[in-house]
Amino acid sequence: MSSQPTPLADAAMAPLGDCVLSSRVRLARNLVGFAFVNRSSPEQLADIVHRVQSVRLGGPFEGGARWVNVQGTSPADRLLLFERNLISRPFVEATHPRCAAISADESTSVMVNEEDHLRLQMLAPGMQLRELSDRMFAFDGAVERSLEYAFHPRFGYLTACTTNVGTGIRVSAMLHLPALSMVQELERVQRAAKELHLAIRGFHGEGTDALGDFYQVSNQKTLGRSERDIVEEFAGSIVPQFVEYERAARRVLLERDAAALDDRVHRALGILRSCRLLSLEEAIKFLARVRLGVALGRIDHIPIALVNRLLLEVQPAHLARATGTSIGNGRDDRAPRAELVRNSLR
Amino acid sequence: MERTCDCCPNPAVVHETLVHNGVKTEVHLCAEHAAERGYILPTATGPSLIATKLVEKASATAARAVKTCPNCGMTMQSLRESGLVGCATCYRHFEEELGTLIERTQDGATAHVGRHPSQVSSLIDRAAARNRISRELREAVSREEYERAARLRDELLALGTSDTSGETAMGEVRP
Ligand SMILES: [Zn+2]
Ligand SMILES: [Zn+2]
Repeated sequence: MSSQPTPLADAAMAPLGDCVLSSRVRLARNLVGFAFVNRSSPEQLADIVHRVQSVRLGGPFEGGARWVNVQGTSPADRLLLFERNLISRPFVEATHPRCAAISADESTSVMVNEEDHLRLQMLAPGMQLRELSDRMFAFDGAVERSLEYAFHPRFGYLTACTTNVGTGIRVSAMLHLPALSMVQELERVQRAAKELHLAIRGFHGEGTDALGDFYQVSNQKTLGRSERDIVEEFAGSIVPQFVEYERAARRVLLERDAAALDDRVHRALGILRSCRLLSLEEAIKFLARVRLGVALGRIDHIPIALVNRLLLEVQPAHLARATGTSIGNGRDDRAPRAELVRNSLR
Repeated sequence: MERTCDCCPNPAVVHETLVHNGVKTEVHLCAEHAAERGYILPTATGPSLIATKLVEKASATAARAVKTCPNCGMTMQSLRESGLVGCATCYRHFEEELGTLIERTQDGATAHVGRHPSQVSSLIDRAAARNRISRELREAVSREEYERAARLRDELLALGTSDTSGETAMGEVRP
């Protein structure tokens, strides 16, 4: 595992970085000549792994791909990849033959035998969906020259789940919306998102609640509109609107009661600087408040990149690796987490 | 030991000894073959063996008639239950059923717009798709489903004009 920070943590001055933690583009693809993952035997799945590993992936993998045989990897290392947004939760937990290719800069990953034969994914800090999608389409084109994709003239790129069929594209942005939460406008935002056919999830994807007021917004519709239209709507309209709305709420909070806002963000910083036991939930909650204070210039001397990095490093597998301990089975990691955060924010 | 049916390997549920011209003949029949020969089976109030067998038989017969994907063996029912399509052939084999399902999950969208592979095989597929969609369009118009017809017309336009000479030869042939 590389010790360099993930691109996500580098979001020092990323575009719209005050409200957007990261952007992601994902394509779902299946290979001609193989049944989908849900109808394939372990032997066939192993064949697919070999087939994909035998080609040069190109693009971000030009300098060579790091292949992770997920089946033969320890649960702690799998979890680490998940926390770094390189593989999905179902991919961590599955038991069938599968692997992942990870680019040297960790901006790109390819999951082989997730729900589809291939899931190509690119990540960047802040709001960079246009740049990401340009790179993704070039990469996808390069992969297609070596591996023939299953395609239907009416339904487009064929996927195991009909919710991905057509373009197979899922674009998403991880938004930080603490002020909208404080002025109790989030419910309205969520309703608006539903009307726009967007999916909203918490910090770590489906089923997680909105820990720290981080919301991952993504398109739900993959058929009937071109990739460009979907990306353009997200980058040109949807995300900027969320950001504008959040920034307006931040201004309202400052105008209404700056002292209360200052108290809230500095109190969070105080807890993080002095606590001796810190749960994951608390860590994310208080780091999110500090992040708001930093973004608004109410907290000095703490770069937003540090807060972003800590949001990653407080997670169980990262923490276990940093402290050389093992994870799992109700192990209490609150003390080392508190120590890590205290030392980093000193 | 359980006797099997005289006509098939299923267990016999009707046992009769017929005497004809002094010759004794034993008859053993399963529920289905018994019913076929006019035997009236007891209709028990509880779940009798015969009733159970009949149900089993009926569902087994129905299962044989169910459309399954020739490539992966998927049925529409298991597809609906799992929420997952089995393979690329499923999309062709269940095109109509999936078309309806996809229209619902994709907020009314019925056809792909955007990037597509550069392989030649997809050109031939496009010709076949134009034929299928033209037929659906005619059906939609005759059923006065104008919204659907408009969408199908857009699909047809999105697929472009004929660019393979094989189009007419493809006719209504389904893969
Ligand atoms: Zn019989
Ligand atoms: Zn199939």
